[in-house]
Amino acid sequence: MSNFFKETDIDTSQAEAIVTETLKNCDDGELYLENHKSESIVLDDNKIKSSTYNSDQGYGFRAVTGEVVAYSHSNDISKESLRKSSENLKDTLKSKKGTYNHEIPKTNSKYYENINPIESKTFNSKIDLLNSVNNYLRSKGSIVNQVTANFLGEHKSIEIIRSDNQVLKDDRPLVRFNVSVVLEKDGKKETGVYGVGGRQSYDDYLKDGSWKDVCDEAFRIANVNLESKPAPAGEMKVVLGPGWPAILIHEAIGHGLEGDFNRKKTSAFHNLMGQQVASEGVTIVDDGTLHQRRGSLTIDDEGTPTENTVLIENGILKNYMQDRLNARLMGTKSTGSGRRESYKHVVLPRMRNTMMLSGKYSQDEMISSVDKGIFAVSFGGGQVDITSGKFVFNCTEAYEINNGKIGSPIKGATLIGDGPSILKEVSLVGNDMKLDPGIGTCGKAGQGVPVGVAQPSILINKMTVGGTKL
Amino acid sequence: MIRDQEFLRDIASYCIENSKKLGATDVGVKVIHSVSENVSFRNKKLDESNRADSFAVNLTTYIEKKKSSINSSDLSKSNLEKLIERCIDATKITPSDENNSLPDKDLMSKEIRDLNLYDETHYPNDKKIEFLKKVEETAAKDKKIVNTEAGFTENKNNFILANSNGFFGGYKTSNFSSSCVAVSKINAAMERDYEFGSTRFLQDMMKPEEIGKIAANKAIKKLGPKKIKSEKIGVIFDKRISKGILSTLASAISASAIARGTSFLKDQINSEVFPNSINIIDDPKIEKGLGSQNFDSEGVETNSLKLVENGILKNYLIDTYYGKKLNLKSNGRSGGTTNLYFENGTLSFKDLLNSEKKFLYITETIGHGGNIITGDYSVGASGFMVEDGELTYPVSEITIAGNFKEMFKNITLANDLEMKYSTNAPTLLINQMTVAGK
Repeated sequence: MSNFFKETDIDTSQAEAIVTETLKNCDDGELYLENHKSESIVLDDNKIKSSTYNSDQGYGFRAVTGEVVAYSHSNDISKESLRKSSENLKDTLKSKKGTYNHEIPKTNSKYYENINPIESKTFNSKIDLLNSVNNYLRSKGSIVNQVTANFLGEHKSIEIIRSDNQVLKDDRPLVRFNVSVVLEKDGKKETGVYGVGGRQSYDDYLKDGSWKDVCDEAFRIANVNLESKPAPAGEMKVVLGPGWPAILIHEAIGHGLEGDFNRKKTSAFHNLMGQQVASEGVTIVDDGTLHQRRGSLTIDDEGTPTENTVLIENGILKNYMQDRLNARLMGTKSTGSGRRESYKHVVLPRMRNTMMLSGKYSQDEMISSVDKGIFAVSFGGGQVDITSGKFVFNCTEAYEINNGKIGSPIKGATLIGDGPSILKEVSLVGNDMKLDPGIGTCGKAGQGVPVGVAQPSILINKMTVGGTKL
Repeated sequence: MIRDQEFLRDIASYCIENSKKLGATDVGVKVIHSVSENVSFRNKKLDESNRADSFAVNLTTYIEKKKSSINSSDLSKSNLEKLIERCIDATKITPSDENNSLPDKDLMSKEIRDLNLYDETHYPNDKKIEFLKKVEETAAKDKKIVNTEAGFTENKNNFILANSNGFFGGYKTSNFSSSCVAVSKINAAMERDYEFGSTRFLQDMMKPEEIGKIAANKAIKKLGPKKIKSEKIGVIFDKRISKGILSTLASAISASAIARGTSFLKDQINSEVFPNSINIIDDPKIEKGLGSQNFDSEGVETNSLKLVENGILKNYLIDTYYGKKLNLKSNGRSGGTTNLYFENGTLSFKDLLNSEKKFLYITETIGHGGNIITGDYSVGASGFMVEDGELTYPVSEITIAGNFKEMFKNITLANDLEMKYSTNAPTLLINQMTVAGK
């Protein structure tokens, strides 16, 4: 029944026996098995720069009692290795006594098909498409200085063996297709980057020439930036476009609402439950159940089915995102947010698809209400200091706004704000909610996991723009 | 414990032989075993223990000028056999690239020097726990500290790098690291800061009391920050972040960025990039160095390199592939820099702080706001105002911005260099950057 013990000296029932025996005095824990196949094919500088196939398999054995997590992982799935891990876990928790919580909800819903995207498109056709991307972009003229394009595909099978032989399984496809172009004009160079992806096959995102749309968008962004002038410095009004700019929500609010930081009282939000933390029109959810989205999961990495968790409803803080450990210690239930990068990593409460829902205003109304400010359409990455609440993100496409009209594009600048107060500065929420194109990866404690974001256009009354022009 | 060279060598040989049997003309392979043990504490209680035992094989096969790679963590021969076949199949249908090749034989490392990179001492978990208790007891002494976290990691690593030209080289390395994060609180506002030590040898580790004390003091000093008004001002980078300037330089002078034309320092070789008092060195052969190595990730001999001499850019960081593109020989920098540092400046830390009436002193930056192509730089920052040579009050929620080309030319170094990381810089001043605040 398990695929993981086929070529080993141990069978499923022996593994289950070790799990049950190891966890008998613990509050929680599991044996997490993972088989991960991935590929990366990169075109750069007119050449196929690299093609790499990765095959990784291993287990992570976790025992939890009270607040203490004991973890042992290895890529050697064998009787001896599991025994050694078991001893290691028991030794760490020898002075603790817990009661195993057997309760784990079950689900029949699946949010993606079990396909292997690496095998569902031939290697040759991937190479051909990368070459087509290169030719297509370079045909746009000598202004094109550099083209990079890549396929990233993976298939991950996981199995979770809990105490008393409960076994939970999931098979997760994931793809990402990226294009980056550097343009050069009058000695000035600028980059444009765009990508698409999610939990389907490559062709679902690239068929019927839609790969050209990806190229065109990267080219458009680079072209806009060639005309950019220095960004302003100081506090001003900021209009954010819909979709990917929701990484503002992810950084400013999302991380601060993860269960661990609130249990440990190190989040700037830890004492704000039930309170008004945002303007009235603001509702934010974290949804793991959207079909085929990058951040979606049928079950999380502890086996809990994911859900649509309401974080902020009409400005009021309603829920944190929880894994089993933090939920237990805070007297609540897991929201299906327990995630890990791989078997090499412990579970942490993490975001899935974090979304601000639509309001009633149009983007035009927002822009025309701004005397002096900026309109930010696309971003690179962001970061947050959970404790002080300060967060940043980098614009990759932005324009100045003067007297209610969009003006010149401005150079990439960092925007900085304060998480707990920024949502109170959101004065208008747009009616144009959009999902991001499926490209996000969130980093926390050295672990990267795929996530999604979404938002409508929003108007923020006051934010600091980190340009060079005073 | 950690597997020996013979075990790793056997797997490397198996990969090379089998790849050649299936048609590879050249093969490069790396086999790694690492064991890591980590214990973490929170608020003086055990929080997590983590043991990791991992293998990895990285194999690249060439058929003439075609190339493809596989990575796997499963060292069983049955698995490797399948993967090698897959790798060869992919190699056959990957387009040729005339720059694909193993490094020139005469550049390969000939002997392995003992650089003192391995300490076989095992520090058992109960010792780590005792250590962390001391860290946290010191950190939590002041009532303003409301939360502490501390961790200790011991890591042992062994690897072999081999290729079908007969190169075989590898050695053991070890690393001990310990950190403390302290959260301070006043009224409802909290601040966080940290201290971190990392060494090859256990005996060189900072005292636990020192780690705890520094983290707590830094977190307390940050309490009650102000947002300042936007202005142009001289910015001093604390040693913890001044090394970031060197990391930027390293990205901008990598042969890949130069060959691809995507660096703000393209065509700047032998030009003045920094003030003429500045020298920048990358030395792989420092005993016990965190970035030390006998050879680079392709097996090419690495030696000390003056990247910048009297302010003039003298060398790129060159690997085999991009070296061929640039018609330059690899200088053993596939995989990047080793122990990279600024030679000390002349001013003492105190004199630097006193060199003007007013400075902004930055202790932390957040965000990834550096653009290697244009040189534009804009990041979130926090730190202190300096007035008449004294740190007066903490500052946060601001950004600092400029362009690396100009920033590099306006650097003044203090003389307080310490070799604490693999990349190290003294405290440094960049004269005139734009600060955005209120």
